[in-house]
Formats: sequence, structure tokens, C-alpha cells
Amino acid sequence: MRRRTLLATIAAVALATGAVSACSSSGSGSSNTITVAYENFGSFTQMNQLMKKVKAEYEQANPKMSVKLEPIQADENDYYTKLDLMNRSASTAPDVLYEDTFLVNSDISAGYLKPIDQYLSKWKDWSQFSSTAKSAGKGQDGKTYGVPMGTDTRGLYFNKQIFAKAGLPTNWQPKNWNDILSAARTIKQKVPGVIPFQIYSAKSAGEGATMQGLEMLLYGTKNTLYDPSSKKWIVSSKGLTDSFNFLHSIFAEGLGPSPQQELDTQWGTKVSTQGLPQSKIAIDLDGSWQSGNWKKTGEKPWPQYSKVLGTAMMPTQDGSSPGFTSMSGGWLLSVGAHAKNPQAAFDFIAMSLNKPNTLFYDNAASQIAERADVANDPAYKNSDPFTPFFTSLVKYTHFRPAYSDYPKVSDAIQTAMEAVMTNQSSVGSALSTFASTVKSDLGDSATTSQ
Amino acid sequence: MSASATTLTKSAPSPPAQRRGRARRGRSLARKVAPIAPALVLLLLFFAGPVIWSFYTAFTDQSLSGAGASSPRFIGLDNFRRMWDDPIFIQSLVLTVVFVVGSAVIGQNVLGMTIALLLRNRHRSVKAGVALVIVGAWVMPEIVAAFCWYAYLNPEGSLNHWLKAVGATQNWLYSAPMFAVILANVWRGTAFSMMVYSAALSDIPPDVEEAAEIDGAGGLRRLWYVTFPMIRRSIVTNLMLITLQTLAVFTTIYVLTAGGPGNKSATTPVYMYEQAFKFYNLGYGTAMALVLLVIGALFSLVYLRFVRVDEP
Repeated sequence: MRRRTLLATIAAVALATGAVSACSSSGSGSSNTITVAYENFGSFTQMNQLMKKVKAEYEQANPKMSVKLEPIQADENDYYTKLDLMNRSASTAPDVLYEDTFLVNSDISAGYLKPIDQYLSKWKDWSQFSSTAKSAGKGQDGKTYGVPMGTDTRGLYFNKQIFAKAGLPTNWQPKNWNDILSAARTIKQKVPGVIPFQIYSAKSAGEGATMQGLEMLLYGTKNTLYDPSSKKWIVSSKGLTDSFNFLHSIFAEGLGPSPQQELDTQWGTKVSTQGLPQSKIAIDLDGSWQSGNWKKTGEKPWPQYSKVLGTAMMPTQDGSSPGFTSMSGGWLLSVGAHAKNPQAAFDFIAMSLNKPNTLFYDNAASQIAERADVANDPAYKNSDPFTPFFTSLVKYTHFRPAYSDYPKVSDAIQTAMEAVMTNQSSVGSALSTFASTVKSDLGDSATTSQ
Repeated sequence: MSASATTLTKSAPSPPAQRRGRARRGRSLARKVAPIAPALVLLLLFFAGPVIWSFYTAFTDQSLSGAGASSPRFIGLDNFRRMWDDPIFIQSLVLTVVFVVGSAVIGQNVLGMTIALLLRNRHRSVKAGVALVIVGAWVMPEIVAAFCWYAYLNPEGSLNHWLKAVGATQNWLYSAPMFAVILANVWRGTAFSMMVYSAALSDIPPDVEEAAEIDGAGGLRRLWYVTFPMIRRSIVTNLMLITLQTLAVFTTIYVLTAGGPGNKSATTPVYMYEQAFKFYNLGYGTAMALVLLVIGALFSLVYLRFVRVDEP
């Protein structure tokens, strides 16, 4: 009896001390401090540069306030995870966060973000953003949850020197998927030792595999991933099968990187800082931000990039209208739901994305400007020889069905891609696993086939 | 423990004496518990707390983002039903057993015993030298050991560098991922078994073995009929400890293969992590943790059974 009482007392004391210490630690974020969480990883250092710059400017303009930067050292997938873990508790949730547009709806339903319409209505710069840009941070509830930093498009980079060696035209523009396959086959045959065609296909590439990889194929077929009229996810379609068959051809014929290269968590960084600059990759299906790595401020300065590399639009499967395809995403700055001083958090965002700072960031990170005044600025137009090309892709571009279930569908796609790339599953069985995973995640009624 | 055990087995004292005895025992218990109170507090906070939380979460659709993050629903046994239908989960259980049996029960255990036997009656400098090398691997933090093995085994790593000299090459991280992670784990964990067995062997009185030798028992027979039975309790304890340790190994596998390629080396802890933290299904992940806990408990029960059989 005694023994039990004693243990109970100890337990009670333990819980009480725990509760007390938990209370005292939650007071860390005061209303005079703004915490800012963002990604800083591998070759992506431009955000860190911008945030350091704005911190100095903001603290000078608001002497009573201080800004606490929390750069998160993690690849894209782990960044989302770490950010979500921070958001789960009010004591660690950041006031300002760097948020991928495809996660907005998911994070709204999780209760991590604060609507900022009341602040935007008083921000005169907001009129500089196009309606498409404004919708990037709009939730399904019609409220706005973030200010876009810039957008992106996707297309093909190709190495003109390798193309010349292989006897291919240096003003290459494939008209359909077969043109890509035949160019890659020629390169494999004539220029051994280089990777003919790079396409992200591993789980470790995260959303990059889904968007730069599969969706660049799928949205060039007759099908997409989501049927807006029935509000269902399309888990099987001819387009999906064809896209995976294309992927299978690339890896089965040895036209892509080796599976181990793809599985390397550093593969994305290696493509930007080694594969392309060292002429080890002939064709790369990638995003418009790549040249940001090669500028003076980038991770791997490479002055000759625009002479060595050419760009080409990604064709549709069989060249049918409109002929080409692209995908667009982009990132926002959002206010966290637990922000103690949301006005100050918004002011920090407004300063980060005013004209000079947007110009600085969009140039450094090779973003496609979404502010009209930045887009028309000569300093932006002349900053990068590739800017006109990637901006022209906007007319072919598609947006992801960024509903709150999208991340789960995207994860299932990556798993299927990796299974096909490593040849552990046939296209058929990888796709049936994909369909059943999505069905068990979201429920049968949320999916359909075409 | 032994003191209180003897008090308990004494013949029943008369009522007043019993009361006095109880008070004394209470006070002595307080004195015994006081020093461990801080540890107990920490355990309750940081061990029992998360365990209870994850037990509860296993029955919900708690997730990291989306609706499941703000208002998780109680979904009963759905997570467990889903596991049953998830071929990758079933495969992860098989791989976990392969990993535990390959790297702990066979690898570390047999290698540790062999080294301990070989080191018996050697010169002190030999013992010290071998122990230094093997314990060195054990002392290294898991993440460091895992990175060393990654640097050693990856296609551009040092092993291939040397193999090239004889015209061979390996790609085990990709072609034989389970073999690679088992190898790394054996290397790292053998020291533990070796130390347990060295200590046990040194406790065997030399005259017992000498007697067996005089009776004409050869080396192997002596080992089987004399040495092993005498250290049986140590063998079972060691097996239990390394099994439980190995069941939960995550870092080594995650660094070497991340469960890949595909899911070829995704043991349950790795798959659990992927589901919970990469695919945001916290509820599903914690449900798997619960299953893993049950498997660990089953293993322990089996081992404890072995010990009890031998109890005098």
C-alpha cells in the first residue's frame, strides 16, 4: 500500500513539474520577435541570402522588433516534414513561413496558416500581382494565405557540345516523345559516358519527381491527374500508362541515369552542380530555376552556361495541339496560424517581397517574376538569357491540382516511379499498386479511371 | 532486493511486529526510491508519455498535414486492417526478421562467441589489441559507423577502389541491400556479444574444463557439453538484448539504403518512418510501431522461457 502511495506521489510530482516546465517554455515567441522558417539546403542558398538581407532592413526600420531566422537544413521532402512538425505546436510554430503552393490547401485544413486578406487590402503593392499570381495563395475557402515570391516553368535543357558530337542539331526542338527517345538513343550510341536523358524518378527527389518527371509527361497526354467536374483523382488512364511506359523505356534501355544515381538524396544538387556544368548530362528535363545555380551568386558559378546549354520546349506525347506542355508551381511567404503579432509578420513579408527585394530574389533564384513592375524592369529582363524562353512557356503551362489530398497522391506517384525505374515492378503492377494506395488513402469514392 | 526477499519469506510475525515491520519497510523503500526519483520523473515524461500518445494515435487518422492534423478522427482498427492488406508492410516484417536473424542471432552472436573463444588464454597484448579494434566499432556513434560503411560500399567507394586492382567490382547497396546492411550491423554490434561472452567464459573455473580434458573430451565436445551449458544464461541474455536492439535499428539502414532500392531493404522501422514522416500518415506509422512492440515482446518471452527452464 505504502509503496503504491509513494509511487503515485512521485508520478504526480513528475507530471506537475513537467506541466510547469512545458508552460514556461511556451513563452519563447514574444510579440516583439518574428520567427521565419525557410529551406536552406544544397545548392538552394538564395532564400537564405534574401532573408538575411530583409532581416537587417526590417530591424533597422523597426528598432523594437527582432527577427529570428530559422533556416531548415533539409531536402525538400524533409523540409515539409520539419515545417509541419514545427507547426504542430504553438511554441515552435514560425510566424512567417516559406510555403510551397501545393501544400497550401493541405496546411490550411491542418490549421497551420492564417488568412491575410485584411492586410493585403491595405498593401498598395498587391495591385502589381496578376490575378493568376494572386490565386497561387488562395485556399479552397476563397481566402488568401500567402504572397507569391515568383513562379516557375519546366522544360528541356540540352548540352549543345554533346549534341554536336552526336551529330544532332544544336537548335534541337523535339516534336513528340519519340523525338526525345531517338535523340537519347543516338547520344547513347555516339557519345558514350554521358547520361543521355535525365528525368527525376526516385522517392528521394520528392515532389521534383512528380512534377518535373511524371506530370511533365502526363499533362502532355490526353489525361490529367484530377477531374475537376467530378472532383475525383484519376488513378488509371491511358495517359498514365503511356507516361510510365515512357519512363520504363528510358531506364530499361539505359538512356537515363543509373538507378543508384537517382536514389542518391543529393542527386538534384549533383545534376545542377556537376552533371550539367561538367557536360555529363545531354538532356535534362528540369525547372526554370536551374540557371540560378550558375550565376555569380549561385552555388556553382558557371559563366558559359547559356553558350553550352540550349533550351527546348517539352512536346506533348504525339505533338497534338497545343504542341507543348509545361508545369508551374512556386512558393509563397505565409503567416503562421499561431503568430502572436500577425501584423508584424505580414509587414515582414511585405518588405521581403517589395519591388527591390523581389527583383533581387527573382534574379538570384531564376524565378519568373509575378510582380508587373519587376517583370518590366530591365534589370530583370536582362538578368538571364534563359528568362524569355521560360517566360514564354507560361502559355503552355498547367498547375497541379493542389487540393489537400494532393501530397498523398504525389507520394504514391513517386513510389510507383521508383519501382519502375529500379525495375522492381512492371508498369502494370506499379500502376495497380498506385491505384490501390490512393484508394486506401482517400477512399474509393475519391478516385476514378478514364 | 535480496534483503527484502528474505524478510518476505520469514515466518509470519505477530500483528504489532508486522505493523512495525511495514513502517520500517516503507521508510527504507522511500530511501531506496529517492535516488532514482529524478530518473523516474524523466522516464515518465519522455518515455511513458510518448508511448501512451502513440498507443492512442495508432487508432486515429492523425496526420502531419491536412484535415487529419487539426481534427484527427478515431478510426478503431482501420490502421491494422490496412496493414494486413499492405504487401509492403508484410514484406517489411519479413525483412525485419531476416535482418534480426542475419545480423544479430547469427552474425553478432556467432562471431562474438568465436572471437571470445579464440581470445581465451591469449597473451594480454593480443587480447587488448583485438578488443581495441572491435570495441572501437562499438564505441562509434551509429550515424558515423553508417556513413563509414556508405563510403566503403558505394560504387565509387573504397572497397571498389581496391577491388578494381583485381578486376572485380561490387554494387551491394543496390544489388544486395539486405546483405550490405546486415554486414554493417554485424561489424558494429559484434563487440557487445564478444564482451558478454568473454566475461562469461572467464567465470568458468579452469578445473571443470581440466577435469573434462582428463576424462578424454576433445575440444569440440568440451565446448558443447561443458562450456556452453555453463554460460547458457549469458547466451540467452545476450540473445535477448541484441535481438531487441536490432529490431529497432533505423539509422544504419536509413543511411546506407534508405530502405531502397524501391522497398527491398525497408524493414519495419524504416517503412514506419517513411509512412509517418514522409507520407504524413502518423496514425498508420504509430500503429506499425505498436506491432513492432508486440513482436519485441514475443521474442523476449521466448528467450525468458529458455532461462526459466534452466532455473534450479
